[in-house]
Amino acid sequence: MRDVSIIGIGQTKVGEHWDKSLRELAFQALEAAMHDAQVERVDALYVGNMLSGELTGQEHLGALVADFAGLRGIEAMKIEAACGSGAAALRVGYIAVAGGLCDIVACIGVEKMTDKQGDIATSSLATAADADYEALHGLSFVGINALLMRRYMHEHGYRKEDFANFAINAHANATRNPYAMFPHPITAQQFAEAKPVADPINLLDSSPIADGAACVILAPTSIAREFTDKPVRVRAITVATDTVAVHDRRDPLYLEGAAISAQKAYAMAGVGPADIDLFELHDAFTIMSALSLEAAGFAQRGKGVALALDNAISLDGHIPITTMGGLKARGHPVGATGMYQIVEVAMQLRGEAGPNQVRNARLGMAQNIGGSGATVITTILEADQ
Amino acid sequence: MEVARFWRTTEQRYRLVGEVCPRCHTKIFPPRDVCPACEAEAKTLYQFSGKGEVYSFTTIHSAPRGFEKYAPYMVALVRLEEGPLVTAQLTDVDESEVYIGMPVEMVTRVLREDDKRGMIVYGYKFRPVRQAEAERQLA
Repeated sequence: MRDVSIIGIGQTKVGEHWDKSLRELAFQALEAAMHDAQVERVDALYVGNMLSGELTGQEHLGALVADFAGLRGIEAMKIEAACGSGAAALRVGYIAVAGGLCDIVACIGVEKMTDKQGDIATSSLATAADADYEALHGLSFVGINALLMRRYMHEHGYRKEDFANFAINAHANATRNPYAMFPHPITAQQFAEAKPVADPINLLDSSPIADGAACVILAPTSIAREFTDKPVRVRAITVATDTVAVHDRRDPLYLEGAAISAQKAYAMAGVGPADIDLFELHDAFTIMSALSLEAAGFAQRGKGVALALDNAISLDGHIPITTMGGLKARGHPVGATGMYQIVEVAMQLRGEAGPNQVRNARLGMAQNIGGSGATVITTILEADQ
Repeated sequence: MEVARFWRTTEQRYRLVGEVCPRCHTKIFPPRDVCPACEAEAKTLYQFSGKGEVYSFTTIHSAPRGFEKYAPYMVALVRLEEGPLVTAQLTDVDESEVYIGMPVEMVTRVLREDDKRGMIVYGYKFRPVRQAEAERQLA
């Protein structure tokens, strides 16, 4: 197996892009990443996306984006793993380069959600859950997370307001990210007074529906320096699964898929949680931040929220998370999110995160979660300078 | 909605029929033919009692397509007395009365009803046990 590095990154602003189509968003991110890597052609293109069929009536995104980008003839496919689609595309690209099948590979995550009304997007997101035994009972994706959050509060004795710092920290970091959807700060009082969505989850626990695309270019580490003087090495990328339905889990409050995925990644990279300088986690809802921190080994069971209360998650804390705003405030274009996380970790490791730069960042981790924990992809990246 | 799709799962939705593992005796719902505990083949049908307690619950205000007219409604995870958790709506109860640990029992209700010519999908929901007792006393 060959070592693999990221030689280029690109992203669009996350938001409501009424003036841009799915293919235009994908191309914009691809073009930026190819320009960053100074390549004019790639051997293969993998497009991570969840909902193009549901929301745009368009599947077949591999060929579509390759065609639109003037790359006709190359290998190209769409990769789907619900909200984990973005990192899943990176996993496929990694396999192709590490296995010696391709040299220069583009991995895109793209989602176009805002052409449809909110209730349609809500129903589409529920397709990540179990259609016969969860969605049939009118359970929405927010609802699933609300069930987890209420039980978590019950078992571990937290109050609703204890979760506020996850959202406040994400918004604070987004104010300094030009690509973020919500670059404005929020206060504890705003969090406390936010509109309920599915009790105990309110609007400020929840990440927004959005459009966006992000892209990385991969190459074998052995030739990465021919393209950039700031290559970022992929030390690990691992996928693990759990039951699709929350009710089928041994313990709904333990993200077993996330724990397996993280353990595999630590083993592959030969590191542990104490070595990680920043962690882009999947904060689709504040409860998911807590559960991810616990499953990935940064907090003991029931102590994920305590990390937020202690401010350990801020840029100068001992485990900075959502350093560019996270899903909460950068925005959550579902199939693109995993790739945004990768691009943001790469920015931190290249020393290009501007005012959000985590000092001396050498090892960064991202964890992209599909569904409520059924597909979990953990990536560990290392600065190679 | 597709008739065959719902017809395939009537046993579990109408009568809460699951499976039991012949090797480790784990009770399985929904049926999946492979025991989630020991991975043995498990195709022996098992009739659940329909009794359980609330593990967690929430109220859905922004409903997915097809459920808008029912909103707001309560969805719960119910721990069946035989072991499995099941996702289902709560019914015949006010939101303020529900608590984690509340004893509930299965009832059959309309899950969703499409337009005039559409399907009516029935299935399990759960209601507080105390109400059933009260009804028996009245009878």
